Amino acid sequence: MQHHLILRVITKLLVGMIILFAFYVQFHGDFSPGGGFQAGVIMAVAFILYGLVFGLEKVQGVFPPWIVHKLVALGVLLYAGVGVLNMLLGYEFLHYGSLDPHHMSHGQHTGIIWIEAGVGITVTGVMIAIYYAFAGRPPRLGDDDW
Amino acid sequence: MIETIINVILFAMLVTTAFAIVRTTRLFAVVMLSGVFSLLTAMLFVTLDAVDVAFTEAAVGAGISTVLMLGTIALTTRSTKAPTRSSTMPLVLVVLTGAVLFYGTLDMPNFGDPNAPAQVHLAPHYLTDSIEEIDVPNVVTSILASYRGFDTLGEVAVVFTAGIGVLLILSGLRRRREEEEEDEA
Repeated sequence: MQHHLILRVITKLLVGMIILFAFYVQFHGDFSPGGGFQAGVIMAVAFILYGLVFGLEKVQGVFPPWIVHKLVALGVLLYAGVGVLNMLLGYEFLHYGSLDPHHMSHGQHTGIIWIEAGVGITVTGVMIAIYYAFAGRPPRLGDDDW
Repeated sequence: MIETIINVILFAMLVTTAFAIVRTTRLFAVVMLSGVFSLLTAMLFVTLDAVDVAFTEAAVGAGISTVLMLGTIALTTRSTKAPTRSSTMPLVLVVLTGAVLFYGTLDMPNFGDPNAPAQVHLAPHYLTDSIEEIDVPNVVTSILASYRGFDTLGEVAVVFTAGIGVLLILSGLRRRREEEEEDEA
């Protein structure tokens, strides 16, 4: 049974573009509005849309829950890890300039890219994990009750 | 002039949406209206030139939270229960709180005031020196990620904690229900 043919086709077309846009927002956040938080949400939306149209099993086949749960912690660790690395290099916690002591501003730029990546990973993980948690429980309302 | 008209229209639509949310009993409509509310708020942020905030509001408020609210409705019920108590006291409380908040705004600097404390303390430093210190053209990014990097680390920790909390609560409930079903069987 293939329901919602138009939705399925459009979703397949859109998911790739949404992921591409998420990466644009992530890595262009230094130059235009956006950053890790927004990019993480947009990235999660791509998978949630896929899950809404094709079903939870399909999307969990693409992005298994155990990976999502690891990502939730990985982002925070990456962010804090940059700070610890700064301390190991002999500067203050989260003083990104230490990544390139001769050109402090270059180090700042590098640090910002890494910590924004951490933010994006955690936000993506949390949003998808919450969606899985909600969608994974048996619903009390049938499709016709809405 | 044109900006005033846009602001008035947007605020009028915002208030209308808020009343519609309060009056509607079908929760599906309420969720959709709260998405509309978030989009209107995002537009207001755009007219205030706060595009980063508008971006977040549109993505989180109108996007993710609408989906999560729909998920919640699917797990609970689709219409509000009729209130059992009179709503006079809550109304009085809300009006009083609103009046106090209005009174509080009287002490705040005028909208767009260049001499407001927020504009004269650190903002000039961020605007003039951040390109040299951080080498990132988007000042919002340099403030969030570098000048206030510790704050942002805290925010990520909050998102992390919220995610863990939701996972623990929802998966815990499922386990309990399975145990109950086993007991009945």
